[in-house]
Amino acid sequence: MWLVKLSWKNIWRNKNRSMITIAAIFFAVILSVVTSSLQDGIFNNLVRNIVSFYTGYAQVHKKGYWDEQVLDNSFRASPQVARTILKNSNITAVTPRLESFALISSGDVTKGGLVVGIDPEKENDITLLKRKLVQGRYLSDKDRSVLIAQGLADRLKLMINDTVVLIGQGYHGAMAAGKYPVSGIVKFGSPDLNERVLFMPISTATDLYGADGMATTYILSVRDIAKLQSTASSVRSSLGADYETMTWEQIMPEVEQHIKADTNSMKYIQGILYLLICFGIFGTLLMVMVERKYEMGMLIAIGMKKGRLVVLLMFESMFTVLIGCILGILVSIPIVYYLNKYPLRIGGETAKAYEKFGFEAVFPTSTDPSNFITQGLIVMGVGLILSLYPIYKIIRLDPVTAMKH
Amino acid sequence: MADIEKEAANKETVIDAHNISKVYNPDTIPVYAVNNVHLHLLKGEFTALVGPSGSGKTTLLNLIGGLDKPDSGNIYINGVDITQLSSGELIDFRLKNIGFVFQSFNLIPVLTAKENVEFIMLLQGANQSQRDIRIKQLFSQIQLEDKLDARPAQLSGGQQQRVAVARALASMPRFVLADEPTANLDSQSASNLLDIMAKLNEEEGITFLFSTHDQRVIDRARRVIRLVDGKIVSDSAAVATEHA
Ligand SMILES: Nc1ncnc2c1ncn2[C@@H]1O[C@H](COP(=O)(O)OP(=O)(O)O)[C@@H](O)[C@H]1O
Ligand SMILES: [Mg+2]
Repeated sequence: MWLVKLSWKNIWRNKNRSMITIAAIFFAVILSVVTSSLQDGIFNNLVRNIVSFYTGYAQVHKKGYWDEQVLDNSFRASPQVARTILKNSNITAVTPRLESFALISSGDVTKGGLVVGIDPEKENDITLLKRKLVQGRYLSDKDRSVLIAQGLADRLKLMINDTVVLIGQGYHGAMAAGKYPVSGIVKFGSPDLNERVLFMPISTATDLYGADGMATTYILSVRDIAKLQSTASSVRSSLGADYETMTWEQIMPEVEQHIKADTNSMKYIQGILYLLICFGIFGTLLMVMVERKYEMGMLIAIGMKKGRLVVLLMFESMFTVLIGCILGILVSIPIVYYLNKYPLRIGGETAKAYEKFGFEAVFPTSTDPSNFITQGLIVMGVGLILSLYPIYKIIRLDPVTAMKH
Repeated sequence: MADIEKEAANKETVIDAHNISKVYNPDTIPVYAVNNVHLHLLKGEFTALVGPSGSGKTTLLNLIGGLDKPDSGNIYINGVDITQLSSGELIDFRLKNIGFVFQSFNLIPVLTAKENVEFIMLLQGANQSQRDIRIKQLFSQIQLEDKLDARPAQLSGGQQQRVAVARALASMPRFVLADEPTANLDSQSASNLLDIMAKLNEEEGITFLFSTHDQRVIDRARRVIRLVDGKIVSDSAAVATEHA
């Protein structure tokens, strides 16, 4: 106990120096807590976006479909395939789609668009399509009607219950044509999708294209997004060489790259912060060891065991680091909560990449307490590792040499 | 003189150094800081180790105090050959057996006078009441009862050295080694410190071995050992014995 008291007194023997060290730790903790909360927030925000995004977390196609997206590259949507995919415990749901190009007309206006045959209920379970409905009603399984994206509807001057005419190329070169009433209008954040897509029940789509029982895509949803890569590769191997399994990173490489670049630059910032803390603490330790060399030699000379001296110095480092850490965490809590409530809005290339997919480039911080704890522990760990230096010096300290003037 | 001899024969030996030598820079220009020294010190002696600067006083005291190891020779303290102890064992040995007073900066600046004295007793694991009793006694002996709570910086050089003496004695050592304890003091403070040390020697039987090159301090010693170039050139005790 008296050692603890002495270490506390020693910290305040040079007030300015201790304050500078504590301040360095204090600011570094704040910045590293904020950056890591931000990093978490970006990831969580992305996850939220992708959940409701058109592509889903992962997709299964017939091998070669992604490079040549035509109906002839579709596969038989047998329950067998879905069952094989669902065997992986991280996959919560699978829904088939038949996606194909068609000319869409109404009156004298014609536009190229993407016709997507879906299983209405399952599709909604995964990509939350029902939430995007802005007018009319959602599809049911047996409907022979369509949902049309808002931008496309505007261009074709379509209203609910109006009729669209679809013309395209069917399966194996057949002719595909049909007339369908509009039952609802959906709105997509992604301008590209909003100008192009049209949904109908998959049975209606296979009728239209003469592709009975076929699908171009299976959309997968997963329980734990952190395990997405391993889940995808396990699906890949269980389905065999006839299929391709792609994750959202492969489907939207631009978004992935921006996320990576952003999180990387934050990692650099954190690295620099840790370095700052290291130098701050180490500089102090260095000065302390030089200034107090004589005194430490004297203490060993009169009979203080080196182990006790080590403990004394460890207490001094720990007190300093602890004060900086606790103050830093206390101050970072309101900052993180503020940035959660009033999130940062990022501009530039990242924002453009995000908007392309209809994602909002807004980054609320994560208020997960683990960020505070982890960063605090890292800084304490750094402090502990650095205090190995005085231990090393003390073990080698020779009282006669140390006390030489 | 026969009395002294008889008295000496009855007293127990505290320091018994045989043939000790310490050579610096043995491979380049060797410096024989301590050269084949014999030293025999009895309990209750008040001895000055004198000699010009560079004569080897500090080196010899460091060897006897177990702070440094001789290149050859043996040093027995109460029958234990300290040259055979590891550096860890030596720290413990010093704590239990030897009191140290250095030329300056003896005290921990962040602790009060009382806490500095208490420090060594805490190292020894003494309990609160033992410490309180001893502190009271020691501060009365060094005549600084009113400075218990003063920080070293608030004390004069002479007062600091008196606290250092109290600290050296707090651990109940077998003897006290003091390397030029008065070197940084004015003559009044030096004389004052010597008074206190002499009184402790006479009244409590504390054994002191101190180095100095100040003639006024030398005059206060009961035994004077003179060192030149690492060799003992005269020893008043030996002279006394020879003339007996
Ligand atoms: N660490 C050392 N390295 C080399 N020479 C030393 C060292 N310490 C002391 N000496 C030399 O040993 C001799 C005795 O020194 P010292 O014991 O300090 O003498 P004193 O205390 O009587 O002034 C001196 O010549 C000094 O230069
Ligand atoms: Mg000296």
